[in-house]
Formats: sequence, C-alpha cells, structure tokens
Amino acid sequence: MQVSRRQFFKLCGGSMAGTTIAALGFTPGVAMADVRSYKLLRASETRNTCPYCSVGCGILMYSLGDGAKNAKSDIIHIEGDADHPVNRGALCPKGAGLLDFVHSPNRLKYPEVREAGSTEFKRISWDEAYSRIARHIKTDRDANFVEKNADGVTVNRWLSTGFLAASASSNETGWLTQKFVRSLGMLAVDNQARV
Amino acid sequence: MTNHWVDIKNADLIVVMGGNAAEAHPVGFRWALEAKTRNKAKILVIDPRFTRTASVADYYAPIRTGTDIAFLSGVIRYLLEKGAYNKEYTLAYTNAALLVNPDFAFDEGLFSGWDAETKKYDKASWSYQLDEQGFAKRDDTLADPRCVLNLMREHVARYTPDVVENICGTPKDAFLKVCEYIASTGAHDKTTSFLYALGWTQHSIGSQNIRTMAMIQLLLGNMGMAGGGVNALRGHSNIQGLTDVGLLSQSLPGYLRLPSEKETTLETFLEATTPKALADGQMNYWQNTPKFHVSLMKSFWGDNATAENSWGFDWLPKWDQGYDVLRYFDMMNQGKVNGYFCQGFNPVASFPNKNKVVASLSKLKFLVIMDPLVTDTSTFWKNHGEQNDVDSASIKTEVFRLPTTCFAEEEGAIVNSGRWLQWHWKGADAPGEALTDVEIIAGIFTHVRVLYAKEGGAYAEPIQKLSWAYRDAHDPKAEELAKELNGKALADIPDPKKPGEFLAKKGEQLPGFAALQADGSTASACWIFAGSWTQAGNQMGRRDNSDPSGLGNTLGWAWAWPANRRILYNRASNKPDGTPWDAKRTLIKWNGEKWAGIDIPDFKADEPPGSKMSPFIMQAEGLGRLFALDKMAEGPFPEHYEPFESPIGTNPLHPKVVNNPAARIFKGDAEQLGTKADFPYAATTYRLTEHFHYWTKNVLLNAIAQPEQFVEIGEGLAKEKGIAHGDTVKVSSKRGYIKAKAVVTKRIRTLKVNGQDVHHVGIPIHWGYEGVAKKGFLANTLTPFVGDANTQTPEFKSFLVNVEKA
Repeated sequence: MQVSRRQFFKLCGGSMAGTTIAALGFTPGVAMADVRSYKLLRASETRNTCPYCSVGCGILMYSLGDGAKNAKSDIIHIEGDADHPVNRGALCPKGAGLLDFVHSPNRLKYPEVREAGSTEFKRISWDEAYSRIARHIKTDRDANFVEKNADGVTVNRWLSTGFLAASASSNETGWLTQKFVRSLGMLAVDNQARV
Repeated sequence: MTNHWVDIKNADLIVVMGGNAAEAHPVGFRWALEAKTRNKAKILVIDPRFTRTASVADYYAPIRTGTDIAFLSGVIRYLLEKGAYNKEYTLAYTNAALLVNPDFAFDEGLFSGWDAETKKYDKASWSYQLDEQGFAKRDDTLADPRCVLNLMREHVARYTPDVVENICGTPKDAFLKVCEYIASTGAHDKTTSFLYALGWTQHSIGSQNIRTMAMIQLLLGNMGMAGGGVNALRGHSNIQGLTDVGLLSQSLPGYLRLPSEKETTLETFLEATTPKALADGQMNYWQNTPKFHVSLMKSFWGDNATAENSWGFDWLPKWDQGYDVLRYFDMMNQGKVNGYFCQGFNPVASFPNKNKVVASLSKLKFLVIMDPLVTDTSTFWKNHGEQNDVDSASIKTEVFRLPTTCFAEEEGAIVNSGRWLQWHWKGADAPGEALTDVEIIAGIFTHVRVLYAKEGGAYAEPIQKLSWAYRDAHDPKAEELAKELNGKALADIPDPKKPGEFLAKKGEQLPGFAALQADGSTASACWIFAGSWTQAGNQMGRRDNSDPSGLGNTLGWAWAWPANRRILYNRASNKPDGTPWDAKRTLIKWNGEKWAGIDIPDFKADEPPGSKMSPFIMQAEGLGRLFALDKMAEGPFPEHYEPFESPIGTNPLHPKVVNNPAARIFKGDAEQLGTKADFPYAATTYRLTEHFHYWTKNVLLNAIAQPEQFVEIGEGLAKEKGIAHGDTVKVSSKRGYIKAKAVVTKRIRTLKVNGQDVHHVGIPIHWGYEGVAKKGFLANTLTPFVGDANTQTPEFKSFLVNVEKA
C-alpha cells in the first residue's frame, strides 16, 4: 500500500494511533522526513568535461541503466564536479543547460543524404553513406591529385577537397583525422582555431 | 595560456582587454574575482562596451574597436618614460640589449624591405647584428642606438597620450589611469595577468594586438611568474588540443610543420626547421626537431617508415601556400573545389560574409557533415526566407549528414586553455544510429583503402602505408589513439647518463619527450603530449586536487603539456643568480644539484644559476623578444593600422598606409568593403553569457534564457536615428543585412575620434535559421572577408554598418 506523507499524517490525525499504523507497516514510501527518494542515488555517475568553452570545467553526469547489455542508459542530470580545482562544482549558464544539449530535439540520429537539387534529406544506411562518400573521394582524388608541381618537384597533394576538423572533439579524434587527411594528401585542413 | 585558470588568483592586477571573461568564460573568471577578494587585486577592463566584466572591474576605459595596438604602444611608451618596468629582467631575459641590423628602419607606416610593386616585405633587415660565431651582438650598457630597447623607445615615441586619445577615443585621463595601474606592477613582487580572447585575435592586426601585450609582460617581468603570463582564453573546449595535434593547413602535431614544396628532401626540410643557436650556451630546444619529426613519422607510417625512404617523407603532401579557410572558400567560390568535410563545424555561421560562403558551398559536388546537432551549414541549400534566400533546385551539391556522438557519449581527452589534458568518460549511448567521429573517419577511410586496393588509382602509397594497427580497424579505441599520441619505444632506448640502464624498453610507453630519438627507435604522434600516457597509465585521468603550495599548482590533477608543467618559462621567476623575484611566488629553486619546486622546471634541470643559459629555452637566443625578428608578417614592432573598414577612413599616423600592408584581401572581397559614407558605424560581434556560439540555439534551456536576436546601440545613436528600445532594426553592411530587436543602452557610448563622433553597434552572434530558439539571421552575413596577416583569422571585431528602423 502506497501512502503519501500528507495522507499519512491525515490518517494518523496527529494522535498516538500514528505509531500503531506505522508499526503495522503503513509507512510512506520512504522515510518520514523525505518527500521521495533522492533520484541520483540509483544513478551511475560518470566524469566528463564541459564541451563548451576552454575553462574545462569538470562535470558529473548521472545516468539510469546499470550497464547491463540490454539496459539503455539515459543521462538524467548533469552538475559541476565539486572536486575539480578550476570550477569547484560550479557551472555557468551555458554549462547549466548541458542536459538539454544531450537531449536536444535537434540531435541527429541517422545518416541522411540530400540529393542534388532536392529540398529534403532522406535516411540512408551507414554502409550506403560510407560507400558513396568513399566513391566521391576516390573519383575526385584520382582526377585531381597532383604528384609533381610545374618544376617537377614531388608534391603529392590533393587540393580539390578540404576538411574542417572539430575543436570540441577529442585529441584522439584529432589525431585520427590528421592521419586521414594527410594520407589522402589534403592541405585544405583547418579547425576553429583559424577563426 | 602560459599560466592557467587557477593561477589568475595570484595576480595583483588583472587586465581584461580583447575579451569579456565574465560572460564568455564565466567560471574561469571567478579566479579573477578570487584575486580581487583574497589578494586585493584590481581588475581593469578596456573595451568598446561596458561589459559584465567591466561591471565588476575597479576601472573601465572605453576604446574604439580595432585600436588596441595604439593603446598598448602608449602604455609601453609610458612604462619606458617613467622607468616603471623591471629593468633587471628586461636586460637579462629579453632581447632589449641585442643589436639590430643597421638596415632595419621604419618610415611613414612601412618597415624596411617593403616592395610597393609586389606589396610584400623582404624581411632580411629584420634581424640581429651577428658576430663571427653567428651569435647576436649585444650591448649591456644599452648605449648603442641599435639596441632593441632604444629602437623600441623610438618606435613607440609617437604614441603619446594625445595620440592615443585621438585614435582610440579613450579620454586621456582614463588612458593615463590605466597606465598608472599597469606601471604599478613593474615592481619585482607585483604581477599583472592579461586575459584576452577573440576580441584581440579577430582583427586584420590580431597577432600584433597580442604581441604588444606580450612585450608589456616582458618589460614588467611577468613571464614565468605566478599571477603573470600571456593568457589566451580560448574559444572552444578543445581548440587548444586540435591546434596541438596540428589540424591546420601547414601544420603537423606538436607545432611541427608540414614540409613545403621548396623542401624537396628530408635533409633540406630538417635544415629549414631546426634552428641554430643565436647566443652562446643556450638550450635552443627546437634543435631536437629531427627527433620529434622522425618519431611522428613512425607514428604515421609504422614499420613502413624507414631511414631508406626518409621516414616516408614523400608520403606527406607538400604545400605551395597556406590553404586557410578564407583562401579555400574563395577557391570554392571560383569553382575550384569539389568536396568538403565539416566535422563539428558550421562554416555558414562561423565564417565571414555568409552569402559568399553559401554561394561557395553551392558549387561543391559533395559536402559531408559530421555533427551531433542540426547545423545551418547542413541545410544551406534550403530556402529559409529572408534568412537564407536560396533556390534549392539550382544547388547541385550532394549533402551527406552523419550523426555523431556528443561529449557525453564518448571518451577521450580535451585540452583546456591552461594546457591541461583532461580525460572524460562515456555516460550513455548515443541516440539512434549516431557513431563517434573516430568510427566515422575509420569507416570512410577503410572504404577508401579497399577501393584503392581493388581498383588502383592516383598515388595510393600513403593510403596503403598508413599505420592502422588498431584491434578493430573500424573502431579504433580512444585508449589506443591516446597511447599513440604519447608514443612508445620501438627498441630499447639506452639512458645516456646511466650506462646499462634504459629510458624505455622496447614496446613500453615513453616516459616523456626527452626519450625521443631521431633514428626511428621511438614513435610519438605528438611530442608535447609525451608523458600523458606512460607505463604508469593514463596521466590525464588523475584526480588528486591537492595544492600544497597554495598557489594553485595541482600537479596531480590531469596532466598539462609539456611535461606536466603548469607555468611556462618558470625559470624566469628567479633572477639570473637563482633567487626569486618574489619569495611568495617561488615556483622552482636550485637545490645545489638541480632545479625543483612546486612546478616542473622549464629549464635544463641541472643547469646551475649564473650560467649563460637564458630562460626562454624555445628561442634560439634564449630571450623573450621585444623585437620579433622576421617572425611576424607586418613587422618586428607592432604598428597601428586601421581596420579594413574604418569609421574614420584614414590612419592619423600615416594617411598613406591606412590598413595592414601585409594583410591579404582577394579582389572580389576588396570590392565588397564599405566606406564610412554609406556605412558610418563601427560594428563588432560578440558572445552572450547564456549562449555558446551556434550550438546552444539547439538547447532548450539556453534558448529560453536568450530567445530572440538583438543588437545593442548607444543612446546617442538611437536618438540620432529615432530608434527606441525594442524597435526592430535593419543592420546592413556592404555584404548583406540582418534584422533584430534594438537594445538601446548606456553601456555603449559615443567616442570622439580624430575630430568626429564614432558610434558602435554591438552584434551578438548566436542566432540562425536552425535551432529551437527563435529563428534569426546569421550575424556573419555582415562581416568582411579579410583576415589577420599572420593567421588569416577574419576581422569579425571591426567593420562598418548602417542601422535603420525596420
């Protein structure tokens, strides 16, 4: 039987009967002093860093789901990390909204393509996306790769395709991107540091 | 930052100029308030707007946008005139006493070596006088007129308080008040910390804005000191890290550079990139460039890189020029580009002259977007009414939009402004079919590699030879990549100081960059990250926040590059004889055998005090440079040049050279510059506390906090134009227009400049045609397509507009 705290007090009428009712097991869902269970108690805590500015505030993300194979985790709360030497638990108005970033209705969920001249995106599979992009790369690179410049010097560059890298992505992503672009011969490579 | 966020609390004076930390970096700025509360520090703000940073400052001085060099040169003049600088530091640790080439000169806005025909500088005279050993000559008496200090004094002599007032619009008494504050920290036991951001970089003279401040910091003896430093508050959470791993046109990781087509062999390339010492007894740390480069090549190509093939030298592309984004979008606009990738980047919103950017993207064959969110770039082909008036049917670009994880759904390290590499962990799965950027790059790359293996094609060698030794080729793990960045021993690396012992055994993670070798026996993808993932594990995930000294150097928290050092140049916190300039700021001390202390010494550990070695170990002469040699595009000393769109239309110092002569502007873009006759008001773009760039227009809470686009104008301009608070106004430049609500405010005042009134228009940037916030116009519809002469960072902070009631 679920009895709310308010119902419980009403039931007891402030009389001695209360103790008896409690003894019979008709207690509120949680301890009397509490309205409901503290929701973060059953959440997993994960340490992360705010992705916005360069202060690098530590954050704690709380998610439901116990990590079991079929349990889908879901982040329900984000707050500043009190142990972090820079932010000491604080977040600014930008960082305070991080949960709404994670759950933004404008998160992208599926690979899509907008065909030439079209007015809309259509969903495609990852395999189709990779295959078509790889074909574009190869076609353009094969047609425009420059092995030697006008003086006959080996230059091995590909100038007709460029790449903007993400300055909120990790160093590890950055390194793999660096390998990718240079092995293809790209020089039109920049990140937000340019602007 | 040469220092770090917490260290700001050690300052006696905090100058915020070219930035607005209270709104753009709110939590970091708390350390400035901590300095004020605990250290009785003063905060100065110099800005065209009375910002929220100004609202908590001890003193605020207004300034016209784009005139910081004139202001700061006036400060240098004041410091020299009053003798209010650290003379001992300046003599010992800067190039003040070094003698400059007799041919170096400056006249009427141009430095020596200018060729009026090619509009280029020959920088040969921007150099030192050398002795027979090739070392720079010096005169420690400073009597020689060719000493850097004397030439600098002569150069800044023109920037009197009256000239500063005339150019900057800062009232003379306000300028002098700022000078007094700054001069008060020339004492050995006082420091100034300068906090700046895009308000300094986004100008055609951006690099020199920062350099002028750096010269002040050298004069005051603030480099290497707790509570001092040059502190760039960077714009994105890992813009530091992406720069560190070299994702710029001509860069490679660790501030190495890509070879140019003039460097036809590994030997000529290393010769050009490995500096020779310019003074006796210097560390000249870049002399190790071959070790860094060869180790990087071993990371790129693995066993395929050998001494015989010059470590894969031919597999790297060689540049003829930099392909920065302004150049590249200009090429795109000319139809010379077919494909483009935007990984977490929204160029339609982030680049100048939005209409040109959209026209350029419309000429591509294919565009690949990788992003966790809907971006304006991903739907540039869609008609969004006045905000993006395009004809979809005529745009033939194929656009692939690939969903990525966001920060919460992936692991890895990002580098904050204080150079701290902080590891983060995954907290949830991504929505739908979103993948990490790493998986997507790996997916595309493996498909390309298979195509080349099957079909052959243009120079497939580097694609086939690229090292890809990941357990799952389609999904390299962050741990694997982080270990590559640190580097490992490919053979046993003997310890040169201890015969029979090893710095690292074959296969082990390297302990640091001192173990790197130029013979192919080590691999390291980013030498400055060596030490971040050692045999002891992931140093970036460390969580010991103890601060034994109280100065905020938490050496056990995360890991800072280089070598976990928290304050760069910290040898300079001591006098040449080894005693600290200020005992309460002692960072390192000589213990009779080596340097040690609360920071990792930025010096040769066993080099005793009093030796010839100077503290700026990355410089060939070991000294901080008041005279920049040939390292800057527009001159060895900073000079005031007007923005490309100037509200006064002239340069009062030299009317024949109005703008930065070394800056590059393409023909079509020069034609799209406005003049003060049509566009009379000085405009500047900026960020708000509640938003982050163009991301948070997708974030409900932030969209609620600042839902609608607005511009700020002062009461004077509002009165002139009959605009009331809350009116809708049309703001136009030569390149386009936006419409927004007018916020009429006392925070922007009319300035008197060169005999005329100058009004500023403030334009927050956060709206666009995509998002959950109210739709708006992209602010960069207005901005000019011209950049800094060194970096090509666009001039978003100073341009001309007109304002009308809509």
